[in-house]
Amino acid sequence: MKKQATIMGMPVTVQVLDASATDEDIQEVFAYLHYMDQKFSTYKTDSEISQINRGELSNADYSSEMKKILALCEETKREADGYFDINLNGILDPSGIVKGYAIWESAKLLEKKGHKNFYVEIAGDIQTFGKNEKGENWKVGIQNPFNLKEIIKVLKISNQGIATSGNYRRGKHILNPKTKERADEIAGITIIGPNVYEADRFATAAFAMGEKGIEFIEKQRNLEAYMIKNNQIAVMTSGFEKYCV
Amino acid sequence: MRKYTQITFVLGVFAVLVLARQLKGNDTPVVVGVTPTSAPTNTPSPAASSSSSNPQASTNTPTVAPQGKYKNGTYTGSVQDAFYGNIQVQAVISNGKISNITFLQYPNDNRTSQYVNGQADPILAQEAIQTQSAQVDIVSGASASSQAFQTSLADALSQAK
Repeated sequence: MKKQATIMGMPVTVQVLDASATDEDIQEVFAYLHYMDQKFSTYKTDSEISQINRGELSNADYSSEMKKILALCEETKREADGYFDINLNGILDPSGIVKGYAIWESAKLLEKKGHKNFYVEIAGDIQTFGKNEKGENWKVGIQNPFNLKEIIKVLKISNQGIATSGNYRRGKHILNPKTKERADEIAGITIIGPNVYEADRFATAAFAMGEKGIEFIEKQRNLEAYMIKNNQIAVMTSGFEKYCV
Repeated sequence: MRKYTQITFVLGVFAVLVLARQLKGNDTPVVVGVTPTSAPTNTPSPAASSSSSNPQASTNTPTVAPQGKYKNGTYTGSVQDAFYGNIQVQAVISNGKISNITFLQYPNDNRTSQYVNGQADPILAQEAIQTQSAQVDIVSGASASSQAFQTSLADALSQAK
């Protein structure tokens, strides 16, 4: 069963192969994503994050989910050596954490329902579980940042997350938190991680680091990466190739 | 993710960077220090400083195709004395560019070398991106407020004219 929706202003796809999957299961995932959007969207004036950014909520009034996300943002900032920062001129934008977190939570929701073979994807960031329709690991293509209709790499993953950061399809650009300038030293970086939350947050941070982002990922446990430079040369971490088809 | 058992170490990295720089230079029509054969030329240098910064050129040095492109193939470098032991690398050129570098020899027989190895930055594989035609289940691309947003905006703006 495969369903698509537009949530958080982004295309969402959920596919569950288990015969036990129901439409309600997937609608529950969509409802959760709407809930997260309502809380964390900086585009919605009535979201909790917008209220915080207008100074209408004090720390004590933050929801437990908000506190958790903000703590994860702090943790990521520390782990990424300052290259992940949701605070820009006093305005908080936790979207660099929320998407990966929400995909991962959605996948866990489906897992708790007993499903074994599925994926959840939001705008190119993916959590896979189990196998695809052929009973093989899920085949994920990396989009060509210079021609969005093309695939330049095919990976096979299972029970892992994958996320890509780049400026080529964003309305909103990733900034280098240290210089406050737009990060555009590389065309994009794709990260494979133990789950999409880990992949997504480190993809954002590594992208902001520019070309040295790949070396940062190389030093991380459980993460592999494929970085595409602006000259169309790709650099990969030492364990990346085992995922390539 | 780094595999600490792999061949990475400071002096070797330096030697390879020297090699890579020589390979990369578009205006340098000669590849220095590598031969297009599988038989290495053993020419250890007397000291680390000279071995790292001035690797001995091997015989049969190939000339490189014009316009900064290198000849495809696997090239084995000469053995270099890196003070703590010998270094020898092999470079693979694909599509005129370095696609892989492998250490054939590296110092690993004493504690100092192992320490140095553990501290070094890794050499990561590179390749030119190429279109693939395989069928995939899902596509990973840069996160986006989506093309739909941009298309919609363009449409809206066209109506606004």
